[in-house]
Amino acid sequence: MAAEGSSSIDALSQFKLSTALGPIGASVNFTQSNLMMVIAGLLTLALLWVGMRPRAMVPGRLQAAAEMAYETILSMCTETIGPEGRKFFPFVFTLFFFILFGNLMGVFPYAFTFTSHIAVTLALSLLVFVLVTVVALKEHGLHFFSYFVPAGVPKVLTPLMVLIEVISYLSRIISLSVRLFANMMAGHVMLEVFGAFIVMLGAAGLIGWIPAGLSLAVNTALIGFELLVATLQAYVFAVLTCIYLHDAVHLH
Amino acid sequence: MRLLPAALLLFLPVVAHAAEGGMPQLDFANPLTTSQVVWGAIIFVVLYILASRFALPKVGEVLEERASRIAQDLETAQAAKAKSDAAVLEMTEATAKARADAQATINAELEKAKAKAAEQAAVLNEKLERQLAESEAQIVAARTAAMGALRQVATDTAQTVVARLTGTAPDQARLNAAIGGALASRGLG
Repeated sequence: MAAEGSSSIDALSQFKLSTALGPIGASVNFTQSNLMMVIAGLLTLALLWVGMRPRAMVPGRLQAAAEMAYETILSMCTETIGPEGRKFFPFVFTLFFFILFGNLMGVFPYAFTFTSHIAVTLALSLLVFVLVTVVALKEHGLHFFSYFVPAGVPKVLTPLMVLIEVISYLSRIISLSVRLFANMMAGHVMLEVFGAFIVMLGAAGLIGWIPAGLSLAVNTALIGFELLVATLQAYVFAVLTCIYLHDAVHLH
Repeated sequence: MRLLPAALLLFLPVVAHAAEGGMPQLDFANPLTTSQVVWGAIIFVVLYILASRFALPKVGEVLEERASRIAQDLETAQAAKAKSDAAVLEMTEATAKARADAQATINAELEKAKAKAAEQAAVLNEKLERQLAESEAQIVAARTAAMGALRQVATDTAQTVVARLTGTAPDQARLNAAIGGALASRGLG
């Protein structure tokens, strides 16, 4: 709850950054967002490391999960990008699980969701954009720019089409980052608002208990929904990265 | 994506309130906003290196090992199957051959037995035929003898009957002629 008063709901303070790890973190501006990133990374590595430790011929549960994660992303890469997809597999894998764990951990109380920060998602989408462009230039050289000239367009319209193609190419950065950021932020705002409803209505006495209970039910449903969105958005980010990489490798 | 407009509509007052304080995400005056990106980049790069160099190859290794093991086992199974197929074929052939051999032996024995039986039957037939002929000859002889005796009996009986009835002995020549005629008329002469 915000300090201004109990009547207003402060749904945004949950996104406020602060430093983590005490004075050491504060001295290098290490935020709680970064702490969650480290945990997300550690979880990703732990899934692979701990899961694959038995190296069993017939995998146990955790090993099966690790193998499934590996094979799902690998098939996503090879099916979307083509045989060249193997090269980009570690990148897509890291990207997917970094975002997935970031999203999923955010549903826990007191956890910070680093994917709800546009700066973070923008950085990730810029990384993808730069990678895609570099790959395309490396694969096709200057021929890459023919990507912006659609085939079968009248000569008169070509400048316009090129302009549109360039804009749509550049807008990938925005759409990729805003999609993830907006989904995560919207979900967390809703959770906060309904959570505040529960407290405010519950404190209003007997009349408030029914709507408070309803808000609790909504929040319960929202958490399930958030889990779905968290997984889906990580998947969408990874799949779009694969599609962009496919375009870069094959030019259409 | 669909969630966003709905959320914005529902919580327009909240968003309006937020605009006053500003979204912390857009507060670029806060050094933490940019510092988290810098740290994020470092963390991401370290994660990428650790995953691509150490963690992921480990998984790939195990999967490859399993795939090769499965392929090898499949190959072994294939070989075993081929072997068993060959054995089955061999057995089938051997069985067929044995059956044919047995059938041939049976047929040969059957032919032999048939021939022997036919021979024995022929011998027996001949013997029976001979016996039949002998018996027939005996019957004919007996009949001839009986027929011979018939004339004597008839003559004697006729002589006695005539002698009794007439009191005189019949003329021998006439009697003989009458008896001969009677016998001839009945086909017994």
